[in-house]
Amino acid sequence: MTFKRKLISTAAMLALSAGAAHAQISGNVVKIGVLNDQSGTYADLAGPGSTLAAKMAVEDFMAKDKSLKIEVVFADHQNKPDVGSQIARKWFDSDGVDVIVDLPTSSVALAVNQVAKEKGKAAIISTGASSDLTGKACTPNTVHWTYDTWQLANGTGSAIVKTGGDTWFFLTADYAFGHALERDTEAVVVKSGGKVLGKVRHPFPSSDFSSFLLQAQASKAKIIGLANAGADTTNAIKQAAEFGIVKGGQNLAGLLVFLTDVHALGLEKAQGLIFTESFYWDLNDKTREWSKRYAARHGGKMPSMGQAGVYAGVLHYLKAVAAAKTDDGTKVVAKMKELPTDDPLFGKGKIRADGRKIHDSYLFEVKKPSESKGPWDYYKLRATVPADQAFRPMEQGDCPLVKK
Amino acid sequence: MAQDQYAPHQSRDDAAEARYHRRAFLVMMALFLVAPYVVYPVFVMKALCFALFACAFNLLLGFGGLLSFGHAMFMGMAGYVSAHAAKVWGLPTELAILAGMAAATGLGFLAGLLAIRRQGIYFAMITLALAQMVFFFSLQAPFTGGEDGIQAVPRGRILGLIELSSPLAMYYTVLAIFTAGFLLIYRIIHSPFGQVLKAIRENEPRAISLGYRTDHYKLAAFVLSAGLAGLAGATKAIVFQLASLTDVHWTMSGEVVLMTLLGGMGTIFGPVVGAFAIITMENYLAELGSWFTITQGAIFVVCVLAFRRGIMGEFEAWLRRRRVR
Repeated sequence: MTFKRKLISTAAMLALSAGAAHAQISGNVVKIGVLNDQSGTYADLAGPGSTLAAKMAVEDFMAKDKSLKIEVVFADHQNKPDVGSQIARKWFDSDGVDVIVDLPTSSVALAVNQVAKEKGKAAIISTGASSDLTGKACTPNTVHWTYDTWQLANGTGSAIVKTGGDTWFFLTADYAFGHALERDTEAVVVKSGGKVLGKVRHPFPSSDFSSFLLQAQASKAKIIGLANAGADTTNAIKQAAEFGIVKGGQNLAGLLVFLTDVHALGLEKAQGLIFTESFYWDLNDKTREWSKRYAARHGGKMPSMGQAGVYAGVLHYLKAVAAAKTDDGTKVVAKMKELPTDDPLFGKGKIRADGRKIHDSYLFEVKKPSESKGPWDYYKLRATVPADQAFRPMEQGDCPLVKK
Repeated sequence: MAQDQYAPHQSRDDAAEARYHRRAFLVMMALFLVAPYVVYPVFVMKALCFALFACAFNLLLGFGGLLSFGHAMFMGMAGYVSAHAAKVWGLPTELAILAGMAAATGLGFLAGLLAIRRQGIYFAMITLALAQMVFFFSLQAPFTGGEDGIQAVPRGRILGLIELSSPLAMYYTVLAIFTAGFLLIYRIIHSPFGQVLKAIRENEPRAISLGYRTDHYKLAAFVLSAGLAGLAGATKAIVFQLASLTDVHWTMSGEVVLMTLLGGMGTIFGPVVGAFAIITMENYLAELGSWFTITQGAIFVVCVLAFRRGIMGEFEAWLRRRRVR
């Protein structure tokens, strides 16, 4: 930092601290740390886009309320829980970070969740998936904003059965995460009156799905559920397109798919894929307005639901800081739960005692290339799951914060 | 005759070498003792765990001449066992770490029995294959938590007295463990056993012809290295309060090879320097975001081209040149 800039920032800090009563704001600045995968598998759906979303939330907040001094920092956790937990500790202990947001990769999210609790700071998880974050591992310092595995399995399972997809075949990644997705979805499918005709487990990770896809095709099930994630899902979708599975009348149901995955696959390969998300840029006027603003600053790329969740989460966090007049993590999270949420992307909603943010979730189907009217016009809405049914009921989560 | 002329010169060299080791050790310890007041302690703890891991690996590669490409299995498995022992069985911290170390030693014995039957690339491939099996086991076994790993491991107290939740108490415990491991490795290298190991590295058929059962020595070195790698992994699990797939993944086996080569293979202090260099990069370059991997790659290329003997290897060669002059 040059001397001049130092002088200016010192002057700014002095001016601010002389102004409103900010004795409760540590270091006189609310520091937001975006911790995610900046270069690996999840860089597209989180990565630099999430940092931009956090910055936009700060700008939009500052436009209305100039009383806080806010800073955004970011780092790459490389999808390694030890790297993530170390950055989190350093941020909290010595860099004055007050809240960590985003956190893709469940293992990293769970690790930082613990660190935030230990240090009395806040964590707002957007792209991390595990529903344990508001279940067994819930803490008074964490808000889980955008989605979780229970919501995806439940939304996809029940809504598809209701819209006619009543026979299923599962293609499951052979490890704990895949098994959990399969188990949860199967329970919902059966409960909603559907039937599971068969399932097959593929090694994790896998690049050749041909024999599994042939079994799925032969089962004649209407829906092939992909209980896997990331590269496994996209590979399975690509190969299913080569076998003409969707053109043959069967549909693929992805259990963890993001807009950026569909963009990478292209409509030709992804058409007919059904899955659940909490956000799509083309839902209503407010989401369109914000998303266009975002895309203009992000090389024309539309936001994933994770990035949208970072924006909404940060905005609500800042409102809670202003209302509580402190940036103490535990108090702010308590305030966040107390205040109803309202933002342009997820509409009105609330945060439950276990830290779960509640909003509608949507079942989308990927359009055929002929139906798409332009770039990023990818989804058609198949069903809406209302907020009160979209997430796991609190008493089933075993969250220690919830009194029974 | 030539041997006689060489001997006195050799012993003088040994004395200089020992003096250098003593001084370097004191400098290193002094640095580590004040480090937590200057640098962020959790960062130094992580680097110390990796330094011990790299030293254990160097015992096998630098002094035994055996390139294992599966050392992550010892580190990772020990981490899982100690995390499980501390969290689920509720063992005291020191016993949890010892349990992890014992698991790694046992695993090392089994893996060693198979692996040391082959040399060179085949040895590396066998260790890699075994490590992949351990990775698969860690992914599938219910107690490891699959992708999520074992989280929220209690740090507990050391010897039932000192609360480890304070960063400084944890730091000096890790430093004590590292120092004990480091000194043990130093002792092993400079024992008759270590001499035989070096002889095997230089020329195995000759060591056999001198009557040494080289397989026994190699197995012992392998088990020692595995146990010490396990000590590092178990300690790391307690420091970070988590054990995850990262530590059993094959990239971790690759990382420790890089640390050892970058620091200086077959030197005493090289692995420590290499581990600190790599962990520092991983830590401070994380803020570069997507440029991280590219920068790391460029730094490696420069190191490999500029100092082929590694940082400490070049430094010691320079010292030796100065002594001769």
